[in-house]
Amino acid sequence: MSTGQSPKEIGEISFGLMDPEEYREMSATKVITADTYDDDGFPIDMGLMDPRLGVIDPGLECKTCGKHSGSCNGHFGHIELAAPVIHVGFTKLIRRLLRGTCRECARLCLTEDEREDFARDLNNARKLGNDLNDVTKAAIRQARKKDRCPFCGEVQFDIQHEKPTTYYEVQQVLTSEYSQEIASAMQGDEEEDVAPMGREELAEATEIDLSRVNEILSGEFRPRESDRKAIEKALDVDLTEEDMNKLMPSDIRDWFEDIPDEDLEVLGINPDRSRPEWMILTVLPVPPVTARPSITLDNGQRSEDDLTHKLVDIIRINQRFMENREAGAPQLIIEDLWELLQYHVTTFMDNEISGTPPARHRSGRPLKTLSQRLKGKEGRFRGSLSGKRVNFSARTVISPDPTLSLNEVGVPDRVAKEMTQTMNVTERNLADARRYVSNGPEGHPGANYVKRPDGRRLKVTEKNCEELSEKVEAGWEVNRHLVDGDIVVFNRQPSLHRMSIMAHEVVVMPSKTFRLNTVVCPPYNADFDGDEMNMHALQNEEARAEARVLMRVQEQILSPRFGENIIGAIQDHISGTYLLTNQNPHFNETQALDLLRATRIDELPDPSGEEAGEPYWTGRDIFSELLPDDLNIEFRGTVGDDVVVEDGTLVEGTIAEDEVGEFGGQIVDTIVKVYGTTRARIFINEVAALAMRSIMHFGFSIGIDDETISTEAQDRIDETIDEAYDRTEELIETYEKGELESLPGRTVDETLEMKIMQTLGKARDNAGDIAEEHFDEENPAVVMANSGARGSMLNLTQMAGCVGQQAVRGNRINRGYEDRTLSHYKKDDLSADAHGFVEHSYTGGLTPREFFFHAMGGREGLVDTAVRTSKSGYLQRRLINALSELETQYDGTVRDTSDTIVQFEFGEDSTSPVQVAHDAESGVDVEQIADRILDNEFADAQSKAEFLGDEARPTNLSEHAEARRNPDLLTEVESDD
Amino acid sequence: MTEFDVSADVEAVVEDRDIPEDLREDVYRVVEERSLSVEAADEIAKAVENRYRETRVEPLDPVGTVSAQSIGEPGTQLTMNTFHYAGVAEIDVTQGLPRLIELVDARKTPDTPMMTIYLEDEYAESRERAHEVVWQLEATKILALGDVSTNVADMNVSIDLNPDTLQERWPTVADTGEIAGEIAEIIEDSLGVTTIQKGTNVQFGPEEPSYRDLLQLVEELREITFKGIEEISRVVIRKEDVETPEDEEREEFVLYTEGSSFGDALEIEGVDASRSSCNNIHEIHRTLGIEAARETIIEETNDTLKEQGLDNVNVRHLMLVADMMTNRGEIESIGRHGISGSKESVLARAAFEVTVNHLLDAAIHGEVDDLNGVTENVIVGKPIKLGTGDVDLRMGSLSKSGEQAD
Repeated sequence: MSTGQSPKEIGEISFGLMDPEEYREMSATKVITADTYDDDGFPIDMGLMDPRLGVIDPGLECKTCGKHSGSCNGHFGHIELAAPVIHVGFTKLIRRLLRGTCRECARLCLTEDEREDFARDLNNARKLGNDLNDVTKAAIRQARKKDRCPFCGEVQFDIQHEKPTTYYEVQQVLTSEYSQEIASAMQGDEEEDVAPMGREELAEATEIDLSRVNEILSGEFRPRESDRKAIEKALDVDLTEEDMNKLMPSDIRDWFEDIPDEDLEVLGINPDRSRPEWMILTVLPVPPVTARPSITLDNGQRSEDDLTHKLVDIIRINQRFMENREAGAPQLIIEDLWELLQYHVTTFMDNEISGTPPARHRSGRPLKTLSQRLKGKEGRFRGSLSGKRVNFSARTVISPDPTLSLNEVGVPDRVAKEMTQTMNVTERNLADARRYVSNGPEGHPGANYVKRPDGRRLKVTEKNCEELSEKVEAGWEVNRHLVDGDIVVFNRQPSLHRMSIMAHEVVVMPSKTFRLNTVVCPPYNADFDGDEMNMHALQNEEARAEARVLMRVQEQILSPRFGENIIGAIQDHISGTYLLTNQNPHFNETQALDLLRATRIDELPDPSGEEAGEPYWTGRDIFSELLPDDLNIEFRGTVGDDVVVEDGTLVEGTIAEDEVGEFGGQIVDTIVKVYGTTRARIFINEVAALAMRSIMHFGFSIGIDDETISTEAQDRIDETIDEAYDRTEELIETYEKGELESLPGRTVDETLEMKIMQTLGKARDNAGDIAEEHFDEENPAVVMANSGARGSMLNLTQMAGCVGQQAVRGNRINRGYEDRTLSHYKKDDLSADAHGFVEHSYTGGLTPREFFFHAMGGREGLVDTAVRTSKSGYLQRRLINALSELETQYDGTVRDTSDTIVQFEFGEDSTSPVQVAHDAESGVDVEQIADRILDNEFADAQSKAEFLGDEARPTNLSEHAEARRNPDLLTEVESDD
Repeated sequence: MTEFDVSADVEAVVEDRDIPEDLREDVYRVVEERSLSVEAADEIAKAVENRYRETRVEPLDPVGTVSAQSIGEPGTQLTMNTFHYAGVAEIDVTQGLPRLIELVDARKTPDTPMMTIYLEDEYAESRERAHEVVWQLEATKILALGDVSTNVADMNVSIDLNPDTLQERWPTVADTGEIAGEIAEIIEDSLGVTTIQKGTNVQFGPEEPSYRDLLQLVEELREITFKGIEEISRVVIRKEDVETPEDEEREEFVLYTEGSSFGDALEIEGVDASRSSCNNIHEIHRTLGIEAARETIIEETNDTLKEQGLDNVNVRHLMLVADMMTNRGEIESIGRHGISGSKESVLARAAFEVTVNHLLDAAIHGEVDDLNGVTENVIVGKPIKLGTGDVDLRMGSLSKSGEQAD
């Protein structure tokens, strides 16, 4: 669409059928030859690859528009069909029209009043956005009830439709055996008590001349309809038989041509755009070659598109049809050919019609014809139109880099050299632009293309870069490489929520992977076991501004799902802060400085105390350095203690998951909401950095010895499990004696199962408790479970104590052999180990039978996940499709794009789900605000103005820009390396 | 006018701020408690106003997509095959993802219909009274009332009704004979046979001696509902702590039913119609109207998510889904047969499901796509009219004097 032919902006799209005349008009050529290329490999004139239909081979010129491949969109051709054929898409409508309109005058068989009613219903349906087909179906049903046309009085016959494209008119006609039928009826029937009837009586009863009756009985005269009815009445016989009269497409076409426009309107058909006779094709448009490109295989052979194959079939049959008809072939042959032509045209449109064998490729694969191209996930609509391929995108493996800010992404230099940003050269950036160009396409901050003011684009090469750089002047455009600080959009599939696509600032790095800070893993749901992510370089200023202000990671810290932070410390960060603050250890000056070295803090606070003449700093005091100076917060923490922060100092409490973690870490959450996103970003970055330093200081590792327990504890565990076994046996005994009392609403069997499950569950828990007692607080697995970093006490129980009951579909394992799970057990054995109780621990090792049961339980989990992902994916697609058009308006209402009000206020109170936590009563805490104002604890005038709303918080500042504005900061960072 | 003791000046500055009434009261309380100056009050009110504004949804926020994502995303964490308890261990209820899909699909009958019936005053307090309601609800079949024996020799069916059970289930009728008579009448009406009743014994047989007919009659007899509501197969009574409208807790009996027939249940004396509910949204819609249906959709989706430990989804998202489903005054499903299928735009419908049919229909009806929605504009490559696409942006530069120049 590079020319001015196509409109700049599409205002609306109207749908309709096309007049055959229109097909001919827009056709570039008539196609009559079924062949594509001649022996020399040139396209045959008036063949399917006629150069007037567009070009696909590079270098050739289109004979219609004179353009070359790539810029020529292609042109339609047409085939004159030897006989009309039915369009498969409209078979149901054709049937409806045949049934509802008069076979003689083609008018809709409805009285004026009925017409008005339906026209009104139709209008209402249109206004309300209901399905029009419901109304038209009702109208046809009404029309079908009429035996005679209310206009011309012609008798109407039933129409039978044989799928897919054959129609019959069912007429009641006199059977050929009428004379015998009448004669036998006149004999009477003794059993049924019907008296025989003589010829005279019959003549009398039917008021037909006796001579005529004689003639009828001898079969010399076919009774007229009125006579037939009279005889039928008199003798109580049925003299008719069904006669199926096939309606050829040409008959239907003639019929439809006579339907008046106003009748069509009653049926919801717009006669200006779609005449019903156009549903019967007389001309077939031939899609341009660009829509069915042939591909050249390695051996030089051409392989044609499925559509071309289909068109070849159509043309062949069409030609044969014409030849046969001209030669005066018998009707039977003509009809066969007609049917064959219909089949080919049908499968050209849709190759998945039920009841019709699909047209197949030579290899046996069904052809992909027009409607298959549109349908489904990879079809034109969902695959090509709703989801488009884009330029300026990159995809590679991701890996972690804790030294980056959460706003940043490490981009490999080879990616940075491919993705470009357009620079409009002015006097102010001329020097930069020249430097980029002179670096060439290979040097890093280089350029790939330049555009002169006259619109000509030049490729920058290694050879011409020096020369070109001198020519660059203001007014040129330079496509420069990505450099540090550029904004790009970053995404990981499946994109389940808006935090799956966020904007990052580029940091160009060597080697081949994208690097990201580990704290942004939760929103993307990413890990580094081989995950790949996509990056998109933005191409205009509007997009870059939007990305910076709205999409940057720091703007997405709060999740709209629950209104708390989704970005925060994870895993080792949490273990780190836990170790740092739980026992509140002491650090000497060197250690304290080392912990804080990766943060902005460059001066230690006053020492927390002195020990043997040496000053020391506590873990909590070091952590407090990261907090905003005036933060006050108090809540019940992860490990059960009270966390108290007073004036930005952690007075008491352990910092772990609920404090700084990913899903609703209270301190992080408060900082985002009160101090803004920039402060929160700094805090999260620094917590991550401090935690890494801290965990490295203490050292943190886990090995098999950390999960083994003493023999004494092991004995106790064995004892509890033995006890549970005994109790299970007791239960089984009482059950077998028939003494087990069932729970209300359960059978005895179910009750037994439930009780056994309960007993064994308790046994596992007890084993876990024993194991837990055995582990000390410093055990790394315990630290992780307690702090919420990773794993749970259940994992620990299974590793050290006992794995426990394996379940399939919520019950003990019951499948396998007849009345038993494995052949190792007696039939109907109800005991614990015969039904998948694993009494060993993971460290201790499972027995083969336990292992097998464990695998059964594990398999269920895998199947469940696989089924769930597809189901929930479809659920989400439907939800998004249904709600995607809703938007809040300036008046606070929620409306869709056609302005229908769905809510008068979002969520009944217009409270933002992002800013206010899901369980909060109100997002505004007046007490807290008053405290802050009265204590006047603001870092500077700026932050106070921001707090009061006098000044907006700056949101679009680059982290790098900050450093650039303040050169001191920049040098400091550099000297740190 | 506020009840807090603050000066007129304070009131003037606070009233000046665009904040809702309850927050204003909070500000007054703070000012009064700490006896603050007018300046401080003004600053606090200003900061409150600022924070309040921050907590409101912004105009042109694409809340629909955000809500859809917020419900869809945790869908991946829901379990698949849970068939377990919903508070009551005795009744199995579909849970997790299947239930969520069921709700969003607006199925005519849920997989496991159930009702929660709250009782009025004295019925809620005594187990006996509560049981009266149970007998009105639960479908009583013949096997629950007595023993049925088939006598092949005499070609008849004999039912020995248990007088205690009769007395228990028909507490309003004193004479068991009378009850047995009632039962006999029901049998006569529904089976078309004549019965002989002697005390609590009821006998009947086929008109003509036929072994097949006799067995047929017994089969049919078992299906007859003598009392209660056909659809309700089981009722469970539980004593629960219930919060009264006065925010007090009290113990009362609550009934849970397997199977539902909400309209019939509400008719029964003793049932508190204001609190009872049902998990079939269509029944709620029929009996209580569309607003109640909306409320039920919110409740049910919320409960489903809560059950799975995803209690942190903001209800406002669920409200939006429920509002969308009930927007036309009837319950519409989310998907091809409901909201997505009745969209105005041809392209949007075609892009969702059943592509080809929508295009063919559009051609016949001569439809015009105005390209207002999201999907259509993605297809034709225009900016969508949502969020930042809904405002026109004028770009220009500032002249040296700081005034806008084009």
